[in-house]
Amino acid sequence: MTWMRRHLLDLQSLSAEELTLILDTARGFRAVGERNIKKVPALRGKTVVNLFVEPSTRTRISFELAALRLSADVINFTAEASSLKKGETLKDTVRNLEALNAEFIILRHGASGAPQFLSQFARAHVINAGDGAHEHPTQGLLDAFTIRERMGRIEGLKVTILGDILYSRVARSNIWALVTLGARVTLCGPSTLVPKVFEQLHPSIRVTWDLEDALRDADVVNLLRIQHERQRMSAFPSIGEYASLFGLTPPRAARLRPDALIMHPGPINRGVEIASEVADGHQSVILEQVTNGLAVRMAVLFLLNGGRQSDLGTTP
Amino acid sequence: MSDVLLEPRVLQRTIARMAHEIAERNPQSGDLALVGIQKGGVALAGRLSAALERILGHPVPVGLLDVAMYRDDLGQRAAPALMPTEISFPLDGRIVVLVDDVLFSGRTIRAALDALTDLGRPRRVQLAVLVDRGHRELPIRADFVGKNLPTSLRQRVDVRWTEDGGDDTVRMLEMPA
Repeated sequence: MTWMRRHLLDLQSLSAEELTLILDTARGFRAVGERNIKKVPALRGKTVVNLFVEPSTRTRISFELAALRLSADVINFTAEASSLKKGETLKDTVRNLEALNAEFIILRHGASGAPQFLSQFARAHVINAGDGAHEHPTQGLLDAFTIRERMGRIEGLKVTILGDILYSRVARSNIWALVTLGARVTLCGPSTLVPKVFEQLHPSIRVTWDLEDALRDADVVNLLRIQHERQRMSAFPSIGEYASLFGLTPPRAARLRPDALIMHPGPINRGVEIASEVADGHQSVILEQVTNGLAVRMAVLFLLNGGRQSDLGTTP
Repeated sequence: MSDVLLEPRVLQRTIARMAHEIAERNPQSGDLALVGIQKGGVALAGRLSAALERILGHPVPVGLLDVAMYRDDLGQRAAPALMPTEISFPLDGRIVVLVDDVLFSGRTIRAALDALTDLGRPRRVQLAVLVDRGHRELPIRADFVGKNLPTSLRQRVDVRWTEDGGDDTVRMLEMPA
C-alpha cells in the first residue's frame, strides 16, 4: 500500500488500507518523539502554513510542532490578526500564501467544506484541521491510533461516543475511522444532540439515549466536550443537568469494564462531561491522545509530502 | 531470468569470513555493536552477531535502523513505509558496524549515517555489506564486503533471507529493458 492522495480532507473517503497506513506510519513517528533528538529531516526546506480562520490552540500547536519536528518551516496565520479581517477572501489569502511557495496549508475553518473548496484550486497540499461540524480528520486518526496501540486492534471493538454528536466534527471523523476499521460504534447523549438518523450512516452504528446501556460492555468510551460555542439552540436545560444525566462520574465509571479506555479530545470540562477523578484515573488515556496527536500529524505530513511531479495539480 | 550468485552454503561461509574480519579489525571487541539497516540489513546483522559471538566468546548487541525519514528523495516519490528503529544500547562511545545487504548508490548509507547521528555519538562507524554492486553516487565505501560484484544498471541483486521467508540465496535478476 502506498499513499496516493494529495490532500487530507476527511476520513469518510479513506479506505481501511489508507487508514492503516497512516496509523502504521504514526507509530514510527511516535518513536521519534521519545528520542533525545526529536527531529528528523523529512520535510527540510518545505513550508507549512497553519491557516486557522477559527480559533484553536491545541490543534494548531500540535500541527506546528509536528511540522517543526519534520524540519519544515512554519507560518501561523490566524483570522484575528490577518487580512481576512480586512475583507480578503479565503481564496485570495491562499493564493498569497502560495505565492510565498507554501507547500502545505493546514486549514481550520468554521464552514463545513472549506478545505474541500481550497483543494479545488490550491497547488499546496491541504489538510483539514477541522471544518464546521463536518470532520476533524487528524483527531479521528489520533483517537483510532490510541485505541489500536492500547487494545492491539480496532476490529470488533465496541466504542461508545458520548456527548454532543450533532455538532461534533470529532464524532464524525471518529465514526468514519472506527467503522471503516471494523469497530462497532454506539452513540449516546441527550436525544436533542444524538439524533437517531446517525444510524443510517453505517450498519455498525447504534444510537442509544440510555447511558447505562451505552457504557455496559464498551471497550472504549470517548467523551466529547459540550461545545457551548457551537450550540445554536438550547439542547439541554443546563450544564448541571447534563452532568447529572450524562457526565462520567466515578460510580458510572466503576461499572465500565476494568480494561475499558476513557478518552476525551480536550479541552475537558471537569465536572461536566467527566469527573476529575475519572479524567485523572488509571483508565484515562487523555494525555496519551495528545502525544499520539503529534505522531499522527507528523505521519500525515510525511505521507502527503510523497508524490510525483505528474500528480501536481490533480485532486484528490 | 536469474543467476544464483551465492547459494546457502557459500552465503554462510561468506558471513563467517566477514565476522572474522570484523573481529580482527576491532580488538576492543567489548565496544562493538551491529546496526542492521531496514530491511535487508537486519537478517545479516543477526547472522554476523551470532558468528561474532562464537569467535569472541561474548555477545555483540544488535540494533535495527530505519532510514526512511532521512532519505534524500522524499517528495519525489510515494512516501516510503516506516519500519521500526530499535537500538536498545547507548551508541555513545561504541564502535558501530552498520550492516546492509547490498551497497549500490550509497544514498541509503548516507541516510543511515544521519539517522545514527541523531541517536547518539559512536566512537567509530564502519560499514559491512554482503554485496557491493558498484555504481556509487556518493563518496562512500564499505569496510567489510562479502562479495564484490560488477553489475549493470539493468540488473538487480536479490537477497532472500530465511528470516524473511526466503531460501538463503543471492540471485542476480535481469530487469526488462
